[in-house]
Amino acid sequence: MKIDQNQLLRFTTAGSVDDGKSTLIGRLLYDSKSIFEDQLASVEQTSKQKGIEGVDLALFTDGLKDEREQGITIDVAYRYFTTPKRKFIIADTPGHIQYTRNMVTGASTANAAVILIDARHGVIEQTKRHTFIASLLNIPHVIVCINKMDLVDYNEEVYNNIVQQFEEFSSKLLIKDVRYIPISALLGDNVVNRSEQMNWFQGSPLLHELETLHISSDINKIDARFAVQTVIRPQREGFIDYRGYAGRIAGGIYRVGDEVTVLPSGFTSKIKSINSGEREVSEAFAPMSVSMTLEDDIDISRGDMIVRTNNQPEMLQEFDVMLCWLNNDAAKARTKYSIMHTSNEQKAMIKDVVYKININTYDRVTDDKSLHMNDIARVKIRTTHRLMLDAYRDNRNTGSIILVDDSTKETVAAGMLV
Amino acid sequence: MNSYYLNYLEELESEAIFILREVWAQFQNPVILFSGGKDSILVTHLAKKAFYPAKIPFALMHVDTGHNFPETIQFRDQLVDKLGVRLIVGSVQESIDQGRVAEEKGKNATRNALQITTLLDAIETNKIDCAIGGGRRDEEKARAKERFFSHRDEFGQWDPKNQRPELWNLLNGKYFEGEHFRAFPISNWTEMDVWNYLLKENIEIPSLYIAHEREVVRRNGSWIPNSQFLKLEPNEEIVTKKIRFRTLGDITITGGIESDADTMEKIVEEVSTMRETERGNRTDDKRSETAMEDRKKEGYF
Repeated sequence: MKIDQNQLLRFTTAGSVDDGKSTLIGRLLYDSKSIFEDQLASVEQTSKQKGIEGVDLALFTDGLKDEREQGITIDVAYRYFTTPKRKFIIADTPGHIQYTRNMVTGASTANAAVILIDARHGVIEQTKRHTFIASLLNIPHVIVCINKMDLVDYNEEVYNNIVQQFEEFSSKLLIKDVRYIPISALLGDNVVNRSEQMNWFQGSPLLHELETLHISSDINKIDARFAVQTVIRPQREGFIDYRGYAGRIAGGIYRVGDEVTVLPSGFTSKIKSINSGEREVSEAFAPMSVSMTLEDDIDISRGDMIVRTNNQPEMLQEFDVMLCWLNNDAAKARTKYSIMHTSNEQKAMIKDVVYKININTYDRVTDDKSLHMNDIARVKIRTTHRLMLDAYRDNRNTGSIILVDDSTKETVAAGMLV
Repeated sequence: MNSYYLNYLEELESEAIFILREVWAQFQNPVILFSGGKDSILVTHLAKKAFYPAKIPFALMHVDTGHNFPETIQFRDQLVDKLGVRLIVGSVQESIDQGRVAEEKGKNATRNALQITTLLDAIETNKIDCAIGGGRRDEEKARAKERFFSHRDEFGQWDPKNQRPELWNLLNGKYFEGEHFRAFPISNWTEMDVWNYLLKENIEIPSLYIAHEREVVRRNGSWIPNSQFLKLEPNEEIVTKKIRFRTLGDITITGGIESDADTMEKIVEEVSTMRETERGNRTDDKRSETAMEDRKKEGYF
């Protein structure tokens, strides 16, 4: 494997229990030879105990004891495989309980979403829900797999109809890149290997799409954003006056000599040095973890943001977000929550629920102000101090927030700046 | 023209450094759980990068079962010396002597599960609010469910069904007094990624990982090293083999594999053609289908 060039692609899989999602993941792992012999032996044995001929591919993604006993997935599980072209991380999200919560979590860092549709049933309510979340979370690429083609005689017309259905409802959403693939996860058609049953399909198998998607533009390299995580002060020989601002670049490119502004204070300076580990570099870009020093001695601490002087985020104390409620306890009126944004933390209040979204019909509901588990709503938030914000569409890391309930310390909501 | 994207190892490195810095920023008294194995060595190396030119701001904490490979302890002490960090040792033998735990009985008795009490005691005594581990999600099915910041209740227990959602780069490390966190900066690395990175960065590892001659005995399909703790079964025989270890745990439970890989390059080559998982040679995981999950819920690494 050529380490120097191979990239990392994160994708999430969405489908309901019977869409064959676990089988698809099992097939990807199995056909890409990512399954070890002892794992295979254990799955073969379990398959036999269950009275299944051959290997039940879905068993490769089995997890916790309760999940195996109940035959369900409870929480996001992460799977890994590597091909000679890329390393892949799959966020395998469950299909039913707490669906929105888990899919939103898995989708938040994904480059691509693989949405499964059962060829026999076409687009169903669940498909619309999955697609809506993929669009809401701004997943750059969507691959729609029309599965179980073997059960509809590999019929081209069935496939075309489903593609048409998907095109129609998704035209309302903001998705930039959609691809369609007819597959049979069970038999392996168009997953890793090209199907011999569907010569009418001119596109590539799923794995080939995943290996070649253009992902290096998924991260914003224009608007330079650097949130300070911590300040490094070695206080030792040779580094007595060293003050390194450590963080992970959230967007754009920084070069030594760049004129920068520190927010919220507004002080300006120039970048004196950039370090990536022990190595000094002349430039660095998102998503690198670096530490930088500035020419001037300015008071900078965790939560501050270093940006280029001629390209700054908005500084807002009141703003609208699309909020997903993730907790069993409903939102409480006039309650202060902790809000986390980049490395910054403040107190916040939900001032108003502008509308809720029915994620099956995409309708806006304006007469219901409550926020329960799995609800998605546009809300107005007010914070104790200004935050340095970008629209989520421009930058996932500087446009996202979470709310934490101080009475339970739990993460109760996730929001995307409109 | 320069390219402006990271390769997958650089991205994993950047992610791990981000998490280590978050730990430092969000917790009062974090430590690195250091076993002397390659994963905790990697985490320590990444911590060095994350805070350069300052020293690693975490102490290393070792849960010592008393059943160590002597090479591991030697390696640990040298590294601690070189980095100038503090070492905290939690001793399973002391936990036994104090009556906190009792040795397992029976033929396959080990001190593996006993570590949980020692670990939780050490966390409590030293007022540690975050223990950084080298656990990886690809290792085992229960570990596949771990968060980067993983909450433990006041009994040190993990509740996998009720974890905090973790989105984007926003890690919630808030806790009530008496609770603590585990942090897993190399969650997304696979065994292959670890080896490729160790090779690329030229990181020193204990000689046990490199093929060497050793007295071993065949047990449950792997080569268990001869040691003062080994009790031979009637049909067992000690032989000398050229072996190396893929993971390092207690000398009593860690099986070696026959190998000629005596350089890092050869190890990477060998790992890339491996057809069995690395924990396949760990008898602690073979006890039952849910051995890891059960121990993790109790507070295991």
